[in-house]
Amino acid sequence: MKATVLVRPKPGILDPQGQAVESSLRHLGFAVGEARVGRLVELEVEAADEAEARVQLERMCEQLLANPLIESYEIELRGTA
Amino acid sequence: MSDRPLVAVPVFPGSNDDRDAVAALERLAADARRIWHDESELPRGTAAVVLPGGFSYGDYLRCGAIARFSPIMRAVASFAAEGGLVLGICNGFQILTEAELLPGVLRANESLSFVCRDVRLRVDRNDTPFTSRCEAGAELTIPVKHGEGCWFADEALLAELEANGQIVLRYAAGDNPNGAVADVAGVCNETANVFGLMPHPEHAVDPLLGSTDGALILGSLVDAARLSAAALV
Repeated sequence: MKATVLVRPKPGILDPQGQAVESSLRHLGFAVGEARVGRLVELEVEAADEAEARVQLERMCEQLLANPLIESYEIELRGTA
Repeated sequence: MSDRPLVAVPVFPGSNDDRDAVAALERLAADARRIWHDESELPRGTAAVVLPGGFSYGDYLRCGAIARFSPIMRAVASFAAEGGLVLGICNGFQILTEAELLPGVLRANESLSFVCRDVRLRVDRNDTPFTSRCEAGAELTIPVKHGEGCWFADEALLAELEANGQIVLRYAAGDNPNGAVADVAGVCNETANVFGLMPHPEHAVDPLLGSTDGALILGSLVDAARLSAAALV
């Protein structure tokens, strides 16, 4: 089963990378605001069904993919095994 | 009983300050030994562990996030749980926070630039095994060199750490190089046997390099390691 995990800086957490991207976009003439930069992890999960895959992915996020102090995550599953 | 306590310095792929740490510790009368990260046990008689600076595993994902799973880290975690002395410098500090042996997290510097310069530090606590050679409130000058040294904890966690006295070292007023919350440069765990800091004491032990204040930190650790080695015998 293909999965996508989105890891984002939590709201309220200063994101200097997002600020730098935003200011560069403004330099290019785009009217943008509140840019935030996160991370995207794509992976293939071996699991019997979607529920099991989701449980595994939650554990992956908590143990490695995200740091709960500063990041939130979102799991997206595509297609069935 | 040896009067040169054994200090283990784990080396991860990408560590680059391990030799400097060993040289500094040897100079301060410790028997320092580099240990490959694949080892699952610390050498017999280890009295302290120093996790060195560098870029373990290329800083992939988050600094220190992968090194934490190295076999040696399991041994370091149980050593710490038994009260063993563990010091993490820079990347070593990042590894200790990722391993949840120390509170908080180290993020990209607020400036997004790598900083490499001397910083002035204030010693908030001198009753830890890592600061006993310092005067309380002393100002030290020790270099930093990092891109991700902005220590962060949310308000609740910071208040808890302040109340427990776990903030051991702060950047002096106006000299915070990375945007760390509350100017935090170094924190310890609740029992003060695990300590991490972003500045590099191992680069400040020789007057040729400008400052010898790093010897106060590493010397304190060697003193404490000697006492704990004596207690083991």
